[in-house]
Amino acid sequence: MLCTECQKRTATLHYTQIINGEKTEVHVCEVCAQKKGYSFPGDEPYTLHDLLTGLFNVTSPGLDVKEDNFFNQFNELTCDHCQLSFSEFQRIGKFGCTNCYDTFKAKLPAIFRKVHSGNTKHDGKIPKRKGGNLHIKKEIERYREYLQQLIKEENFEEAAVIRDRIKDLEKLQGGNES
Amino acid sequence: MSLEQFMNEAISPWMRVEGPENDIVLSTRIRLARNFEKVTFPIIANEDELRSVIEFMKENYEGKSYANYQNLAFIEMEDLSHIEKRVLVEKHLISPFLTKARASGVLVSENEQLSIMVNEEDHIRIQLYFPGFQMKQALDHAFELDDWLEEKIDFAFDERWGYLTSCPTNVGTGMRASVMIHLPALVLTKRINQMIPAINQFGFVVRGIYGEGTEALGNLFQVSNQITLGKSEEDIVEDLESVIINLVEQEREARHYLLHTSGKKLEDQIFRSYGILKYGRIIESQEASARISDVRLGVDLGMIKDVSHNVLNELMVLTQPGFLQHYAKKVLTTSERDVLRATLIRERLNI
Repeated sequence: MLCTECQKRTATLHYTQIINGEKTEVHVCEVCAQKKGYSFPGDEPYTLHDLLTGLFNVTSPGLDVKEDNFFNQFNELTCDHCQLSFSEFQRIGKFGCTNCYDTFKAKLPAIFRKVHSGNTKHDGKIPKRKGGNLHIKKEIERYREYLQQLIKEENFEEAAVIRDRIKDLEKLQGGNES
Repeated sequence: MSLEQFMNEAISPWMRVEGPENDIVLSTRIRLARNFEKVTFPIIANEDELRSVIEFMKENYEGKSYANYQNLAFIEMEDLSHIEKRVLVEKHLISPFLTKARASGVLVSENEQLSIMVNEEDHIRIQLYFPGFQMKQALDHAFELDDWLEEKIDFAFDERWGYLTSCPTNVGTGMRASVMIHLPALVLTKRINQMIPAINQFGFVVRGIYGEGTEALGNLFQVSNQITLGKSEEDIVEDLESVIINLVEQEREARHYLLHTSGKKLEDQIFRSYGILKYGRIIESQEASARISDVRLGVDLGMIKDVSHNVLNELMVLTQPGFLQHYAKKVLTTSERDVLRATLIRERLNI
């Protein structure tokens, strides 16, 4: 949804305004919200945003947004699915959709490293359907590590068993893909 | 299951079961954040997209059951009054954020152990509670529920980043594991102040419940994981488990120490609080929390024999502003609440 004020950026703040009993919905981006006085600093729990903005190493534009910034924003990275720009992402500290992860992928490792103690790769649950062959891939990876260890220990008997198991898994992986 | 049933009891059915270590650990929670792959995240989505998520969840899960989680009720936020929303927040069935989100709702199981928030910061937030200290069980069940939902939903997932969430702080596992823990002796001996920074260094956060910042109302703390990326759910839960085991041990030791060094003083404080709860006529929320904490400690130490954990758990929720007003069936001023609070506490403790 585009900001109803500037029609350029994505609306990230949504209000219901009631004036003399008349209800109007307001959908604006953070820049217009601050300009038009829709958002009141301290009104919302902004602490997490502030914290994140700090982590992302961005200078917060504060209340006086310079007009020149607008043009810079056009040239910069913008998600083609939800129209969230990278600077807007930094400001609100939230992704707008799945596609944002792809659009901003070059910048993400640095951000995730700060938020997740240096980690940049998922090492947990994999969805059953969506994950596809990932389960097998992870298992092969695990077996390969184990195989290296067995070879180091010169436990060749067990290593042969593991090597066969890896082969079976690779076959399974190939079969599923076709 | 109607909304009324969730509203009328302050204590959820699952809380009535005594869990392991429940003299110190009140409850365990696992929360998983998930999103629909093809739908814009709630913060940006338009009304139609949000409605489509609501309708999908309603159509596929309302009235459905999985294992112990029977007969899911769907409650839409826009159908609730301000007080009703507050009650659900005080019962921890929904987050304060959900009450403000557009086109949002929640699925709640009959035993109130499972709640699935819809269109919170993420499309789906699975929340599962267990009484006492039961991390592994909670994780196993949460995974099963996650698989159950995945049968019908294409979750936003990426090989490298894991489950994709709106906030970078949840990406990866999308999991927040937390434990609600009562630490009166560590607070009294001020040892808690040294322990919190150490726990933070392990990547876990300690927060007061109902209170702001480090000041914990009623000596209740919530300990949860900070990191969601690069560490498996099992590892996170295992690490949190060892942090909690340590906290429980330290709390037991501090209780022992207090009993031996200032037993009479402690007993006096506990029974004074018991007296105030039993006979007071006006009591503020903050004082009520502190007194209830003292009485809970008295029960755990065997000093008070005629009060159950259940009554205290119930009082914790019952004495919150939303619940009091729901009980009175009208909006109350602060001083009216303080009188009603004292009345309800007296009634519960003098049965």
